[in-house]
Amino acid sequence: MEKIGLAGNYASGVKSDCLVQFESTKSGGLQIEINSRVKSMFGISMENLAKDILDYFEIENAKLKIDDTGAVDFVLAARIEAAIKKVITSNKEFLLPILEENKIPTQKDDFRFSRLYLPGNTPKLMLNAGIHKPNGLILDLEDAVAPEKKYEAKFVVRNALRALNFYGSERMVRINQIPGGLDDLEYIVPHFVNLILIPKCESAKDILSVNQRIDMIKQREKLSHDIWLMPIIESAKGVMNAYEIVTAADNISSMAIGLEDYTADIGTLRTKSGTESLFARNMIVTASIAAGVQPIDSVFSDVGDMDGLAENVKVSKNLGFSGMGCIHPRQIRVIHENFSPETAEIEKAKKIVIAFNDAKKKGLGVVSMGSKMIDAPVVKRALNTITTAILTGKLEADWMDN
Amino acid sequence: MKKYDKLVENAAGRMVPTIINGENHMPFQGVGKYRPTGRKYGAKIPTCNDFPDGNKEVNTLKEALINAGLKDGMTISSHHHFRNGDLIAKQVFDIAHDLGIKNLRWYPSASFPCQEELIKYLEDGTINRIEGSMNGPLGKFTSEGKMKGVSILRSHGGRYQAIQDGEVKIDIAIIAAPTADTFGNANGVNGDAACGLLGFALADSQYAEKVIVVTDNLVPFPCIPWQIQGNYVDFVVKVDKVGLPEKIISGTTQITKSPDRLLIAEMTADFCEKTGLIYDGFSYQAGAGGTALSIGNYFGDILRKNNWKARFIRAGSNKYPVELLEEGLVEYILDGQTFDLEGVRSMKENQNHVNTSPFTSYNFHSKGNFAQFVDIVVLGATEIDVEFNANVVTHSDGYLLHGIGGWQNCLAAKTTIMPIPLFRDRIPVIRDRVTTLCAPGELIDVIVTERGIAINPLRKDLIQKARSAGIELKTIHQLKEEAEKICGIPEEVILSDEIVSVIKWIDGTVIDSVKKVLTK
Repeated sequence: MEKIGLAGNYASGVKSDCLVQFESTKSGGLQIEINSRVKSMFGISMENLAKDILDYFEIENAKLKIDDTGAVDFVLAARIEAAIKKVITSNKEFLLPILEENKIPTQKDDFRFSRLYLPGNTPKLMLNAGIHKPNGLILDLEDAVAPEKKYEAKFVVRNALRALNFYGSERMVRINQIPGGLDDLEYIVPHFVNLILIPKCESAKDILSVNQRIDMIKQREKLSHDIWLMPIIESAKGVMNAYEIVTAADNISSMAIGLEDYTADIGTLRTKSGTESLFARNMIVTASIAAGVQPIDSVFSDVGDMDGLAENVKVSKNLGFSGMGCIHPRQIRVIHENFSPETAEIEKAKKIVIAFNDAKKKGLGVVSMGSKMIDAPVVKRALNTITTAILTGKLEADWMDN
Repeated sequence: MKKYDKLVENAAGRMVPTIINGENHMPFQGVGKYRPTGRKYGAKIPTCNDFPDGNKEVNTLKEALINAGLKDGMTISSHHHFRNGDLIAKQVFDIAHDLGIKNLRWYPSASFPCQEELIKYLEDGTINRIEGSMNGPLGKFTSEGKMKGVSILRSHGGRYQAIQDGEVKIDIAIIAAPTADTFGNANGVNGDAACGLLGFALADSQYAEKVIVVTDNLVPFPCIPWQIQGNYVDFVVKVDKVGLPEKIISGTTQITKSPDRLLIAEMTADFCEKTGLIYDGFSYQAGAGGTALSIGNYFGDILRKNNWKARFIRAGSNKYPVELLEEGLVEYILDGQTFDLEGVRSMKENQNHVNTSPFTSYNFHSKGNFAQFVDIVVLGATEIDVEFNANVVTHSDGYLLHGIGGWQNCLAAKTTIMPIPLFRDRIPVIRDRVTTLCAPGELIDVIVTERGIAINPLRKDLIQKARSAGIELKTIHQLKEEAEKICGIPEEVILSDEIVSVIKWIDGTVIDSVKKVLTK
């Protein structure tokens, strides 16, 4: 335990955040000092929230200093709680009400074209992330958080899962590597997380230990909603165990590859053409499809190069991937546009589906277009294309009637 | 003398003084309700015999100021074409201070953070007050009630009108010019310190009692072009350096990289395209902010795609509108001030990049101004209220931190759009009532935020067009509630009753007053 608890950020360039300094004292009551550029507009509510939290943890004497640049309530509450818990042991949690729209479950086969990474300790980036409409928003507790900030980030992520509007994006969290990441689950499972990313996954055992802890928490908290898993394969060993990993549990919805770590592991540099990771990517796709889950590609890290990204997505789609990560909101649209079916693809699929329906009506066992016979897998792919086109808004649902 | 007196409630429901710094002012009466009358103000006319050889050069600025009769209580004007690279205004007041002169009124077309040093002259009484836009440290100084007089904020057009009507009689106009001749002809396009144009100094040259041109590039007669005509000028001074053109560039003249602001810019351009506001031959004005500049870029994409041309851009120019001009997507840039050196270069090289002044672009008390026929104007604001009234000068905490610039004058455009984030670091932009009223809501048509678009209910035509184009609309109340759900409901900011500044409407009436901020 520390003598003075510090949590949060206050420095030039940091906005919508605060630094909280907590010191337990022997006497003198509660001394709360607020330094904020929004004090004239939110000073009273900030002080009231601080008092509520101190009261909740039954603290009667303390010094609390808040240096604020416009942190909203859920951030301020996370910072105060983290600062207190660096000094005082408590099993209690100060939870803000959960938004109704944050209780919505997701499905195993929901689209996961794009998932946007958000550093778990940078609240400024969270507030507007959902308006860019990625399929998933990842609150990251792993690589995007500095080691000394990992503890306080958990409170921000927990509070965000309850109070942040995700505007319909799937609510994802990337926990830390197993076994350390298992403790992260306590901060996210009770708060309606939809999907958990398991980084640097190397064996089925990792999956099983995560599920064991999830089940324990769900039983304890009497929760029944589905929580999906997305293991991320980031090493040679992980690639070789891909099928074992992806078939380890029923709640795996998708499996991703992380190429920065993978290329480091095999001792090469990551190139734009990606030949060095071709085998690994083929392996992830094949293992995932064999297990009936979505194969998901790595992030494209040059956020200024939209043409390069579009190329990358096309390659990714041709390899069989059905989504990729992104690290900047501007990447989302490019990813969606290039993963969803192209116009020519849709037109071709429409013809095949019409022919298929005709054949069904006539009781024919064979589908043909003109003089050409169409194989069953081609029909299946066409049906998939149509479904995707409708779901991504590229085709009207009643296209056949028009 | 009282700083201000005789408060009345104006037509917008705001309490404003009718006597300010001992002078009478009209309260705001409603948009288009007040009709200024009268004739143009005239300074005393000398004869050409007073300038026998046409050489008006004197050795120093001090000599020029003394010869111009500098004395207590005078009004000294300057322009802001060097923006944050101005070097001359400070020297003028250094000289005034050395001469023991007191109680001056400084009448700049705008002030900048580089003029922070003038605070000491505001404190010691060399300067009584500033009447002009106030930025940064000077705004803070004023807000905290430290200025001796009451500051008056006017739009660029309003400043021109106040000079023309004789409301503000300039005793000495100081015109820093990148190039001039000894007769006093001057321009902004040539010379090492080229700043583009000198339009803001035009009225000063025409109406001031004495005019001093200061340059570091003295050329033999004739100095061509002569946006400032020597026939109005009394003295010419050569100095080593007249301004720092590299500091013309302000921090806000780059396209935004913020994904949220880019989204707002895209939504704005998309709105304008789908509602038919953009067409072959249309015109627009977009300012120098990051969001506005990227809207200009998206407009360029729309023009290119349709093989259309804009007839003109009303600028503040910098490299982005210049690119559109040079690509042939725009026929003319009508420029009020250049914001970077690309703007300066283009103005010098391209005859379709035209200098303007507040007289041609903005003057209300006139036979028309071209702001009236701009199709789309894109403006920012610090606050907007549920009646669409907007504030551009104070923040929600009451601090006066921005000038009006041409913002009020631009509202005359056919459609006014405010692309704006719904909140900034917890501060919601949409309020029940704006802290300071700068624009009546009836002139603001569309608010575009990252969380949705609201159209002023008065613009039924535009609402209809947006709906038929399938654009989802929200009410301004819905947007306000959405922000408050995220940020919390702001507490009422308590300000002093004391007035530190007043805001003029474009017709010369007083639309609101700014209250002193309470500091602990």
